[in-house]
Amino acid sequence: MTRAPLLLVDGLSVAFPTATPVRDVGFTVGEGETVALVGESGSGKSLVASSLLRLLPAGGRIVGGAVRFEGTDVTRSTEAELTHLRGRRIAMVFQEPATALDPVMTIGRQVAEVIEWHEGASRRAARARAIELLDLVRLPDPSRRVDSYPHELSGGQRQRVMIAMAIACRPKLVVADEPTTALDVTIQAQVLELLDRLRRELSMGVLLISHDLGVVGQWADRVVVLYAGRKLEELPAERLFDGARHPYTRGLLAASPRPSALGADGLLTEIPGQIDGADRLPGCPFSPRCALARPSCDDRMPDLVAVGPEHTVACPVAPRGGIADAVAVGR
Amino acid sequence: MRAILAPLKVLAHTVPTSVGIAVVTFLLVQLAPGDAVDVFAGESGAATAETMAGLRRALGLDLPLLDRLLAHLSGLVRFDFGCSIRYNAPVASLVAERLPSTLALMGCALALALVVGILLGTLMACTAGSWLDRGLSAVILFFYSVPGFWIGLMSIVFFAVRLGVLPTGGMETIGGDFSGPGDALLDRLRHMVLPTVSMALFFIAIYARLMRSSTLQVLGLDHVRVAAAKGLPRWVVVRRHVLRNALLPVTTMAGVHIGAMLGGAIVIETVFSWPGLGRLAYEALMSRDFKILLAILFLSSILVMFTNALVDLLQLWLDPRIRRRR
Repeated sequence: MTRAPLLLVDGLSVAFPTATPVRDVGFTVGEGETVALVGESGSGKSLVASSLLRLLPAGGRIVGGAVRFEGTDVTRSTEAELTHLRGRRIAMVFQEPATALDPVMTIGRQVAEVIEWHEGASRRAARARAIELLDLVRLPDPSRRVDSYPHELSGGQRQRVMIAMAIACRPKLVVADEPTTALDVTIQAQVLELLDRLRRELSMGVLLISHDLGVVGQWADRVVVLYAGRKLEELPAERLFDGARHPYTRGLLAASPRPSALGADGLLTEIPGQIDGADRLPGCPFSPRCALARPSCDDRMPDLVAVGPEHTVACPVAPRGGIADAVAVGR
Repeated sequence: MRAILAPLKVLAHTVPTSVGIAVVTFLLVQLAPGDAVDVFAGESGAATAETMAGLRRALGLDLPLLDRLLAHLSGLVRFDFGCSIRYNAPVASLVAERLPSTLALMGCALALALVVGILLGTLMACTAGSWLDRGLSAVILFFYSVPGFWIGLMSIVFFAVRLGVLPTGGMETIGGDFSGPGDALLDRLRHMVLPTVSMALFFIAIYARLMRSSTLQVLGLDHVRVAAAKGLPRWVVVRRHVLRNALLPVTTMAGVHIGAMLGGAIVIETVFSWPGLGRLAYEALMSRDFKILLAILFLSSILVMFTNALVDLLQLWLDPRIRRRR
């Protein structure tokens, strides 16, 4: 009998008045583990992340399933309970460091604010802690930078401040929603390195949301693939590049800009079609774009079936084999 | 260093502007037909051409336009506004007598408008789409569209005449017998309530609408979501991370409104027989007592420039991003 995971998302569905962009998504994050949520724009990965803190955009509602964090169902928490959960037990790092910080407040105050609120620290003590945290995230010259405003920092530095804010109260889980998408490549690696180092030092769980398979394969322990609000596949990250089974995952891999992804004509392969409207299909949402689709795929959503250790796939026709076949599927 | 330089820079703009204003107001006033002597003659019922010419010569009204302009400007530099023909008293003391009551009225009205407008606007934005928001929007639209003098008259009818709880006008109870300075102050405050509120309502409506839209815009920004994700309760998020960001457009408008308020003061002061600058300006205009009029116009423009400079400084404080751009 293994211990209950830190975070257990089970059958989560999120609905808006006109659509249900997340349907029946489940996964777990263990203590000190990095789990990646992968999918293209519109796959619902950010909505899943927002659901964990119950911070869905206006009109969005959790209509089914449970989000168990340390044994408590977050979907049933009161607003007062949530304020103690947010920022203290579960923290979030957002995609756009340019707009995620309050432009008219010093970064030191923004970091200190979390500590003051959750730990009741005095202003002076919180400021001292903020300087320590800025040092921990390797912001240069933290005792001077603590009084800077966000516009005085570069994008990478702002993301470091965001991370300092997130880890200020030593949360058990950090949800990083595309933390490096807005940064250039060299800074990306630094920020991910930082997140990973903090994960090890503070033994936090990390839910990494990304559309970058290279990033995911390098930094995550497990990968959950979402498409149009459905979970299609879950597998260990080290098996991602040669063990992925779902036609969609393989298509994504084939479309990643790596030498092996180039087709015979030297062009990058792509998955034909688009994701629009796929969340309204009764069957597999990927079937309209899938080269292997059968008529039965459209009848009902295939069940997730275990095909290996920690590896489940929701596709009855998923082929076996290496990445070479995946290129064939993608074309 | 920058903290000292910024106000100096702001002040440096005001000098050429005030010279321009002095010249333009002087020339504009000359466009009005007739002068003080015409009004005198009209009021006394009969006057010969010789007496009128003599009066004009005595008052310096017969000098060429350029000479009178130069005399006016050199007087302004020495803060000498000349003598009123009508009241036979120095313009400076006439204005100084009326200035405090107008400033008190304007200051209170502006402060009330800002505080209530910002509170209502924030409340409406935070409850956007609810019945509270819709109800308040309707009330505010009403005060936005109804003229101030009508509100003034109706409030006199209701509060002063019907209910008898507040005075109908004036600044103090004439011949009032007060036991102490506290009572006298209370009496003044009671006289201020209706004019202040009548004047403020229109601006409350403007600021509430402005604040509502700017708060709604800020509420949709990423950093507000981040603040919520930090675990701050909603009202703390609004107070710390929304209010200050949303205030910028309101402060800009408030600076612009100082001038509009001076104009509106004439109407409100007339309705409530409030002895302020607005009424003095009106009387000076009707009797063609241009020296008073020019002094008031000049003072008002200085006041507008001064408050705009204050608004600029306030914005420097509110938004650190502006500091860098300068």
